[in-house]
Amino acid sequence: MSRLTAENTELALEIIGRYPRPKSALIPLLHLAQEQDGHVTDDAMSHIAELIGVSAAEVLGTASFYEMFKFEPVGRYMVNICTNISCQLMGGEELLEHAEATLGIRPGQTTADGLFTIEDVECIAACTEAPCLQVNYRYFHRITNAEFDQLVDELRSGARTDIPPHGTLATVRQRIPADRRAGVVTPENTAHPVWLASSQEAQS
Amino acid sequence: MSTTDVPRIITSRFEFDDSHTLARYEATGGYEALRKAISMAPAAVADEVKSASLLGRGGAGFPAGVKWGLAPAEVWPRYLVVNGDESEPGTYKDRLLMERDPHQLIEGVLLACYAIGCGQAFLYVRGEMALAQERIAAALNDAYAAGYIGRNILGSEFSVDIVLSWGAGAYIVGEETALIESLEGNRGMPRLKPPFFPAAKGLYMQPTIVNNVETLSNLPWIVRNGGEAFAALGAETSRGTRMFAVSGHVKNPGVFEVEYGVTTFRDLIFSPEYAGGIRDDNAIKAFIPGGASAPWFFEEHLDLPLEKVTIDRAGSMLGSGAIVVMDETTDAVKACLRVVRFFARESCGKCTPCREGTTWLEKILQRILDGYGRPSDLALLLDVCDNISPGIAWPPKQTTICPLGPSAVSPISSALERFRPEFEARITQAEQTRISVPVAFPKAVTHA
Ligand SMILES: Cc1cc2nc3c(=O)[nH]c(=O)nc-3n(C[C@H](O)[C@H](O)[C@H](O)COP(=O)(O)O)c2cc1C
Ligand code: SF4
Ligand code: FES
Repeated sequence: MSRLTAENTELALEIIGRYPRPKSALIPLLHLAQEQDGHVTDDAMSHIAELIGVSAAEVLGTASFYEMFKFEPVGRYMVNICTNISCQLMGGEELLEHAEATLGIRPGQTTADGLFTIEDVECIAACTEAPCLQVNYRYFHRITNAEFDQLVDELRSGARTDIPPHGTLATVRQRIPADRRAGVVTPENTAHPVWLASSQEAQS
Repeated sequence: MSTTDVPRIITSRFEFDDSHTLARYEATGGYEALRKAISMAPAAVADEVKSASLLGRGGAGFPAGVKWGLAPAEVWPRYLVVNGDESEPGTYKDRLLMERDPHQLIEGVLLACYAIGCGQAFLYVRGEMALAQERIAAALNDAYAAGYIGRNILGSEFSVDIVLSWGAGAYIVGEETALIESLEGNRGMPRLKPPFFPAAKGLYMQPTIVNNVETLSNLPWIVRNGGEAFAALGAETSRGTRMFAVSGHVKNPGVFEVEYGVTTFRDLIFSPEYAGGIRDDNAIKAFIPGGASAPWFFEEHLDLPLEKVTIDRAGSMLGSGAIVVMDETTDAVKACLRVVRFFARESCGKCTPCREGTTWLEKILQRILDGYGRPSDLALLLDVCDNISPGIAWPPKQTTICPLGPSAVSPISSALERFRPEFEARITQAEQTRISVPVAFPKAVTHA
């Protein structure tokens, strides 16, 4: 149970600084909290609330709308198997059944060793590559039962160093260099964009 | 007809392994359009887009040039919001564009901001797409360093920041007003239109243009080659090229960029150049022409061209360019339930006909599938549909805030119209084999 670390707090402030309103940074900050702890803790939500100047209840209000945020610990690897229409047609449900049998858990559950959680998910935009799944939001296309088993073995043995633990999305972050920044444009900033103004002058 | 001589406009770099890098982008005409644009008046850039007749690729197919003109004059600031939330079942093209050619999208965003006069742009990528987020972050960092984004772009007066933002799992956030709510840090629930048309009252109640990733990815080519060159491709209202994902029971599922307005479903589904025909040479049973929200099409629709107005008139839509093919072995009840279940799960809950209606539609279909259907269930399904979308017509009417509710009606009206005997057979069989009436229906066992 933790608030954001000093390093993450600094990052959070940088992210907040990109938006015209601090609350717009809420979802990115919740991801940051989930990256830090594997799930979103109450303390992190309170901390985020302080950082963006809203109540902790408002933070939870937003967070609870979105499926990716987990408020309880989940497996190190979140295995999301698509069963939506294109995948259903190509064996997505059978793949899910196989995963349940292999791991001994039902969708939404976590294995006793804390390694795997499986979810039965909606379309993940890989429909031509069915059946497909994601592990911590990394794609695996056209997966057979045998390939699934192999993937599980590799994850168990720690061989898949290319897949960071649950919570980490992109491993590259946007960084806006101070000397290149155009700056935040708040709704109060009602000035006519200069490049439009000068082109109008040129025309008149 | 042969479609191979049509230029690839948005997937031209996909063959390169390093298509996502700035070096490859610059070596293949990248950021030339931006240079050209800032030597032109912003209005002239907007005119090129207008003359291209570029239809939005996010689902509704609204002309981009016209949308840009809807922002009220002299209300500043204006914002640009990029819709990269791709999650309509069957749809797979925006993710490819973001992962494989992020600079093309970024250049498109810059061109739009320049032409419209947007003070800041927000690029909202679906939460589940880690690689797309990574590639866009890297591309933004490189483009900032190279002077393409930020203050005084390429030494001009044009300045704009592009902020990468991302979601956290909710289909409804793809709807533009819900996307704006999400960008404001709220639950992703749609706003009522009117009055909240984004072009007038969008992000922070300011004029906001929301465009889809594929729509914006076309802009560099249009500005480089001219709107007329774009409009010379395609037919009638549908100009240029478009990406279509063909999935389901085909031999060679894939995503294909083809000439818009002229290529037919038969070309895409059967031609060896594209999806190569139905698996095992089975007969085709039905296909969804434009994502899960679209009414289903059948064999007699195969020769229709992929042209917006033609398909609208034929009773469905091209939507998000997602063609899902079902062969003769498909269980219509099961397929219908799966699509309806999606909408029931993804309903945001803001309005009653959608929240309650989609939930009941799922429950009724589930009990039919599980062998507990009642003879009155088919009429009940249509009655619930009628409460969500009065008259069950196309284009749909709605009692709801957004079109998600009526979308759940499409698979039911399609499947019942065509495959009613399959539903009836399940129910009759249930009547005969059922021994006792269960007290509670089993909860969604979809893969029993
Ligand atoms: C329920 C629903 C989901 C939608 N999902 C998406 C989506 O994932 N991506 C998208 O670009 N547009 C989506 N749209 C359409 C957007 O509301 C909007 O029309 C589009 O982003 C505008 O961009 P365009 O004019 O460039 O097509 C959705 C609409 C609805 C009603
Ligand atoms: S129609 Fe459904 S998804 Fe749309 S606003 Fe109403 S409840 Fe939400
Ligand atoms: S339906 Fe499974 S990825 Fe789209």
